[in-house]
Amino acid sequence: MVRGAEREWDRMSMLEVSGLNVWFGKHRDRVDAVKDATFDVGRGESFGLVGESGSGKSTILRAITGLAPNWSGTMTLDGRPIGKTRPKTFFKTVQMVFQDPYASLHPRHSVDQVLGETLHLHGFKNIDTRVVKLLDDVGLGQKFRFRYPHQLSGGQRQRVAIARALAPEPELLLLDEPTSALDVSVQAEILNLLADLRRDRSLTYLMVSHDLSVVGHMCDRLAVMKDGEIVEILDVDALRAMNASHPYSKQLLEASL
Amino acid sequence: MAETQTLRDWLLAETPTSRRHAKISALYHGWLSFRSNTMAMIGLGILVVLVLVAAAAPLLAPHDPFVQDLGNRLAPLGTQSHVFGTDSLGRDILSRLIYGARITLYIVALVALIAPIAGLLVGTVSGYVGGWTDTVLMRITDIFLAFPRLVLALAFVAALGAGIENAVLAISLTAWPPYARIARAETLTIRSSDYISAIKLQGAGPLRIITKHIWPLCISSLIVRVTLDMAGIILAAAGLGFLGLGAQPPSPEWGAMISEGRRFILDHWWVATMPGLAIFTVSLAFNLLGDGLRDVLDPKAGE
Amino acid sequence: MSTLLDVRNLWVRFPSRNGVFDAVRGVSFTLGRERLGIVGESGSGKSMTGRAILRLIRPPGIVEADQISLEGRDLLKLSEKDMRAVRGQRISMVMQDPKFSLNPVMRIGDQIIEAYRLHNSASKAEAYVKSVEMLEAVSIRDAERVMRAYPHEMSGGMGQRIMIAMMLIPNPEILIADEPTSALDVSVQRQVLDIMDKLVKERGMGLIFISHDLNLVADFCDRVLIMYAGRIVEVCDADKLHDAKHPYTRGLLNSLPRLDAPRERLEVLERDPEWSEAPSVSGTV
Repeated sequence: MVRGAEREWDRMSMLEVSGLNVWFGKHRDRVDAVKDATFDVGRGESFGLVGESGSGKSTILRAITGLAPNWSGTMTLDGRPIGKTRPKTFFKTVQMVFQDPYASLHPRHSVDQVLGETLHLHGFKNIDTRVVKLLDDVGLGQKFRFRYPHQLSGGQRQRVAIARALAPEPELLLLDEPTSALDVSVQAEILNLLADLRRDRSLTYLMVSHDLSVVGHMCDRLAVMKDGEIVEILDVDALRAMNASHPYSKQLLEASL
Repeated sequence: MAETQTLRDWLLAETPTSRRHAKISALYHGWLSFRSNTMAMIGLGILVVLVLVAAAAPLLAPHDPFVQDLGNRLAPLGTQSHVFGTDSLGRDILSRLIYGARITLYIVALVALIAPIAGLLVGTVSGYVGGWTDTVLMRITDIFLAFPRLVLALAFVAALGAGIENAVLAISLTAWPPYARIARAETLTIRSSDYISAIKLQGAGPLRIITKHIWPLCISSLIVRVTLDMAGIILAAAGLGFLGLGAQPPSPEWGAMISEGRRFILDHWWVATMPGLAIFTVSLAFNLLGDGLRDVLDPKAGE
Repeated sequence: MSTLLDVRNLWVRFPSRNGVFDAVRGVSFTLGRERLGIVGESGSGKSMTGRAILRLIRPPGIVEADQISLEGRDLLKLSEKDMRAVRGQRISMVMQDPKFSLNPVMRIGDQIIEAYRLHNSASKAEAYVKSVEMLEAVSIRDAERVMRAYPHEMSGGMGQRIMIAMMLIPNPEILIADEPTSALDVSVQRQVLDIMDKLVKERGMGLIFISHDLNLVADFCDRVLIMYAGRIVEVCDADKLHDAKHPYTRGLLNSLPRLDAPRERLEVLERDPEWSEAPSVSGTV
């Protein structure tokens, strides 16, 4: 990866988040999951959100996709502000891969149905050919095409989830702890796949993880979150050099070794 | 022999080759699961016999169920040409039981079509949409739940006249609320799953989500619940028949037969008992089948 | 170092419609007053091994071994009643998620007291005092308040510490910990492990630590058994883990992303069927 003063992604910003607050519940029961989050992700960049459980990192992804309805602040995608509802075109640009491969596929739908439905919803015509190509792109052969989720391993399911996310040919991929439910050896395969896809399709990644070494491997920059707030934004070089400023970041770094 | 081998292999294939293949394979696996449960197979067997008997009634019944033979009233079991005896009007009980199977199946089919489908529609819409729709639909459900079956049946009979269709309608109207509740509970659980979130992120609207994603998951528990409820439905229909609100004489409905035989229970017990045994057997069969289906379709609930 | 537990040739099988599935195939090892780690991925048989020792595997699962002896006494030959005296009393188990191990409708204090009185004849008052002591031993500061609280009010880390307290009350000789920190945040993991470590050392217990996390186990244990497909493929001392010889172990180590050793691509494990065919390496000391 090229590191220098002039980075590809500095020129154009893919996603800008400013003063984002996300909450659940009302009045007395209100829980503020994200408080005043501000960061941006350049086009082609891989940006990490790191924190422990309850830090609000996954909630930010949900707010971006519209799955968390109560939010305030501004979010801008490719220069256009994101409003309260999301038009169909939004989902052709932004897609998400969920954490638990055992929960992100419909138990009664075969792989072919999952991918076919996605393609159909986005208005593609040559669905059969595209399904075949998607399966190839994620490293699954044709023999998986008509299987049901319970006939697939965790790694295979996650590949299907990635194929589903790639079907509408998005530009920004949100990854919610994509490998934390997988075995170490399978994690390596999926991380390699994600890195290859990003390179081949010039994708932008916003990746959430609690695992600093995964983020250190996959990302260019990262934000450290604690209790809903972003406490620090770091370059991956700084992370590797254990060069964090905020005490919480230092604490996380130490605990991960 | 070689042909059967390849069929079985095809059904159990690890990697199905088409949509149809995958679906049939899944069904076959379910069947194998079901088959290993002896009690459930017995239940299924009884019901298959019931259907065959009803279908072949004109061939199987030794006599016409409506022909009266007043000279031969209340003949006991094992009388020549009347294996199960005759009733108070000299009609052959066995033949009436056989033709009565048709009526039982008719009731079962009608209720099984109306009640769960109505319940599924109301429950899933209510659970998915939430808000005011949910509140209104659930209150309507509560209203129907509050009606005792027999009172509603009486009201129908008073309004529309007695008859088997009205009895079935009355039963269906009181049977659908529990299915709505089940469907709604399932929908609430499913609604927050990642796979529903994922399809929303593809731009799917509520109609597609409810029909293609939520219904397939609700149907299993509904099928199990309906099957287990069948026994109650048959008994309810029999009860209505017993009260004279369901099938009208001379119709050989089993409940009505018990009612007619009530007067003779002390000296001629078989007139009421034989139809009673028939109801018992079919209800038991549905229960066994329902248990077996639940083990296959919804294993968690069975534990 | 005396041998507390001696397992010889352990097999765990599950008959199913498609034949018999062997979850554990011929595993042998001994445990002294040490921390023994068992590492493997999902399906390696590591959890099954732990459960087999405690005879927690119900039919149709079949457990066979030449012996599983606890200080000379073969556990496989014991009746269920005698086994109950061993379970919890002499060998205890801490599992992954305290949410599923603690009774949600009983107060924590009542559960610990119950656990204590099950194994010791003591009055409620004595049991209460002991329980509070135990909670303090696992670094829970406001022990009396915790005694009155319900499990859902506790965080993951506290719940796990309470489990450890409960499991150690009867003073067992061996503690089996099955992924005890996998459900916990990284900062809390260390705390819980330190407590376990301290107690195990203080009481001279043997610890079997089952995990999928190689590095964690290497850090924490004295000896490590690496399992794959129901067999032990390598045994080594924890501080020499990074010099491991077996290709599977090396593959696992190399496929982990590392902050201090960045790479373009992670090494992908090439599974060799040889590994599951070869006989199990003995972990007997």
